[in-house]
Amino acid sequence: MAGSREVRNKIKSVKNTQKITRAMEMVAASKMRKAQDRMKKARPYGEKIRNVAAHMSRANTEYRHPFLIERDTVKRIGIIIVTSDKGLCGGLNTNVLRKAINQMKAWQAEGEQIEVCCIGNKGLGFMSRIGANVTSQVIGLGDAPDMTRLIGAVKVVLDGYTQDQFDRVYVFYNRFINTMKQEPVMEQLLPLTDERMQKEEQGNDKPKASWDYIYEPEAKSVIDDIMVRYVEALIYQAVTENMASEQSARMVAMKAASDNAGSVIDELTLIYNKSRQAAITKELSEIVGGAAAV
Amino acid sequence: MGTIFHLDIVSAEESIYSGPVEFLVAPAQMGEVGIYPRHTPMLTRIKSGMVRIKAQLKEEELIYVSGGMLEVQPDIVTILADTAVRSHDLDEAKSIEAKRAAEEAMKNRESELDYAKAQAELIEAMAQLAAIDKLRKRGH
Repeated sequence: MAGSREVRNKIKSVKNTQKITRAMEMVAASKMRKAQDRMKKARPYGEKIRNVAAHMSRANTEYRHPFLIERDTVKRIGIIIVTSDKGLCGGLNTNVLRKAINQMKAWQAEGEQIEVCCIGNKGLGFMSRIGANVTSQVIGLGDAPDMTRLIGAVKVVLDGYTQDQFDRVYVFYNRFINTMKQEPVMEQLLPLTDERMQKEEQGNDKPKASWDYIYEPEAKSVIDDIMVRYVEALIYQAVTENMASEQSARMVAMKAASDNAGSVIDELTLIYNKSRQAAITKELSEIVGGAAAV
Repeated sequence: MGTIFHLDIVSAEESIYSGPVEFLVAPAQMGEVGIYPRHTPMLTRIKSGMVRIKAQLKEEELIYVSGGMLEVQPDIVTILADTAVRSHDLDEAKSIEAKRAAEEAMKNRESELDYAKAQAELIEAMAQLAAIDKLRKRGH
């Protein structure tokens, strides 16, 4: 009967693990709802500011913002990688990092220099481990991504772009498709591509006459502000999407872990019962054998 | 039409107001501006303060915004409210902080970008995930 006690202990420990994973699953489920909510709430701002930016790119002729100008030579690239702060969320971070690494490898093969901005602990840990050139970071954003925390890191990248340190900026994050599916994506952030601007304009058939805004105080500073806010809004959106993805990936991963624990418990229980039965049979046959011998 | 226009007040974190209004007063940087329908297109920064809204058949409404941008189109007005208190100096301080944190984290890194190592690490993680998947499928 030595084996049966061990099996029993094992069952107990797996049950404890299952309790933890189940609790984490439920926590993730409730956080996921909030994260999705936040993601949806962030959308109107993104759309509105895109509208304004699109109007501006059409209307204005006196000043063209550097974010809108495509550069001929691309020598240096800035990338922003959005990952989660915590692990235990399946292949979420791995997928996005793999996409980033493959892309970085291709870029470096072409002789381009890369600087990285990390949003999220996991990406930072990975990037510093492999020796990438990380120039700015934000970690520990918590459950509600805070615009104030993002501004600094984003500014480093935007300044780098306006000061000609980068010729292009890309962002990597997990796009939230649904609870079961998240997709790692790479998007070009700067210069702002035309498709991005045009996206909002369909069904908006205003005459394309040459008109311009009245700017207060003056065009340049107002346009600069709008552009910076626009890019920030894009990044904020990427962060909220990534967070919704994180929570749903964690929920799915933890559900799988709980299910696995369940099947392990079933198997162990079977082994335990078998060994118990074997012991009883053995004892019985010993008694019967003993009685027959008398 | 002509007597009302559509107003949206949005911040990065949520949509604050959306609906038709008759009249609007906002604290623009160069002084308060009042906007009626068919205003000429205008783009301006606004300070923190109260936005006064008059919707049809309703009492005037006051909404606080902590600064942002105001875009005026003849029949659509958008206020992009900031969620954070912004100023050039504050932003600068934040960016320095983000840089410094990164530099600190970079101190004990290896010198060259090691793709082989990175890929090996990722491939291992992927293999583990695939194995878990396979095990799960076989188990049930």
